[in-house]
Amino acid sequence: MATQSITLTINGESRTAEVEDRLLLVHLIRDNCALTGTHIGCDTTHCGACTVLLDGTAVKSCTVFAVQANGREVTTIEGMEGETLHPLQEGFMEEHGLQCGFCTPGMIMSSKHLLDHNPNPTEDEIRWGISGNLCRCTGYQNIVKAVQHASNKLQETTEEGGE
Amino acid sequence: MIPGSFNYHAPSSLDEAIKLLEDLGEDAKILAGGHSLIPMMKLRLAEPDHLVDINGLSDLDYIREDVGVLCIGAMARESALEKSELIAEKYPILKDTSEVIADPLVRNLATVGGNIAHGDPANDHPATMVALDAEVVVRGPGGLLDSGGRTIAIDDFFRGPLMTALAENEILTEIRVPCPNGKSGAAYKKLERKVGDYAIAGAAAVLNFDGDTCSKAGIALTNVGPTPVRASEAQDALVGTSVSQDDADKAGELAAAASQPVGDHRGSEEYKRAVVKVLTSRAIMKAKERAAGGN
Ligand SMILES: Cc1cc2nc3c(=O)[nH]c(=O)nc-3n(C[C@H](O)[C@H](O)[C@H](O)COP(=O)(O)OP(=O)(O)OC[C@H]3O[C@@H](n4cnc5c(N)ncnc54)[C@H](O)[C@@H]3O)c2cc1C
Ligand code: FES
Ligand code: FES
Repeated sequence: MATQSITLTINGESRTAEVEDRLLLVHLIRDNCALTGTHIGCDTTHCGACTVLLDGTAVKSCTVFAVQANGREVTTIEGMEGETLHPLQEGFMEEHGLQCGFCTPGMIMSSKHLLDHNPNPTEDEIRWGISGNLCRCTGYQNIVKAVQHASNKLQETTEEGGE
Repeated sequence: MIPGSFNYHAPSSLDEAIKLLEDLGEDAKILAGGHSLIPMMKLRLAEPDHLVDINGLSDLDYIREDVGVLCIGAMARESALEKSELIAEKYPILKDTSEVIADPLVRNLATVGGNIAHGDPANDHPATMVALDAEVVVRGPGGLLDSGGRTIAIDDFFRGPLMTALAENEILTEIRVPCPNGKSGAAYKKLERKVGDYAIAGAAAVLNFDGDTCSKAGIALTNVGPTPVRASEAQDALVGTSVSQDDADKAGELAAAASQPVGDHRGSEEYKRAVVKVLTSRAIMKAKERAAGGN
């Protein structure tokens, strides 16, 4: 059984683990680190429930090996909340962007990637940005509104910060 | 689903990667974006003993023009192609293609090199690259005088489903696309059941004009054969015409005749041929519009 010692940063915290080469990043996050906010929906790279940020880029963590994250930075849904909820989390709450909530962590991480690159997306751009994430409940309408809520809020805070 | 056990290697240079592939032999596989390979490993359709991860070879991650040719490094991600201004302006057919590959999350990791090296006729870049008359640059083991490099014409690259001209110890390092020359335009059209699905069928068209007359045409098809299919008769039929709607439709019919679809959950053979006909005609008309300065 091939194993490696890896060190990575998850949500700002440095962690070292001895992992099997074949361990998937999503299993490292959920099983070794007990961060169960990241979900496994399909395990076949389709649903996006497992989405995390790897060095700031949204990826499906069921399709990356943990060893590939050695020396890198991972952000999961648990890393989104600061002093208060992140505007995206707040948006999903305010706009009823979730029903069962299974897709929500992935939706939020994909939306984070989108807003980091495009702070003021159009509705089409939001739909495009979350098109790798499946939701069986909401019909997406309120998810789009949640992302718009976050986009507005984040822009207000940047403007205030700039004054 | 857990992939079988393997040993992971992360070389930091091309030479080191080639040496590893040479030493490990046929039991090793290259890991690029991993978005074809890892799903196959989870299903145990691939069970390599060794993975050589080439994500550390950042010098293979580029999109740039050289004299008369666009060079795409094997590790350029689909998302980079999708966002590149150079591509949007001068090679919109490549933007057409990368935009319809999988979904944005997959495109953040999937590489152009992997899309071609995988040799999957369902992948979208192969047909585009055939229509564009691209070349594939590969590196393998070689002595001091011989850099081990060779260039393969795209028509010689795809050998069958998941089979290519690459030897086991070779790495695809670059794809070279001729720069558009004179009045020309190109487009890719794909029909998919939903975002993230492979093509029911896809058609790439590249047209060159001498005045208003088509002087050269490249037409190739996705997912309707064991490899990307070059529709030579459709190409020939366009040359010498002004590429009217009728000419495009006729070429579409010839492309449908050249396609070799198999009926499956994406549609019957007959349906796929009808899709090829329509998509080919649309790609041709879009290429013509772009040649006339549209986008
Ligand atoms: C849900 C989903 C939907 C998808 N939909 C589409 C789609 O619609 N259209 C489409 O075109 N693709 C699609 N893909 C495939 C995706 O684009 C793949 O990632 C791509 O085909 C392979 O690129 P990769 O970098 O991920 O390669 P990997 O998976 O890392 O490698 C694929 C194969 O190529 C070999 N290889 C990779 N790079 C090199 C190299 N430089 N030199 C030699 N050999 C190499 C590997 O050893 C392996 O055998 C989809 C994938 C998923 C998961
Ligand atoms: S669990 Fe990773 S994409 Fe569905
Ligand atoms: S809220 Fe249930 S899957 Fe999206």
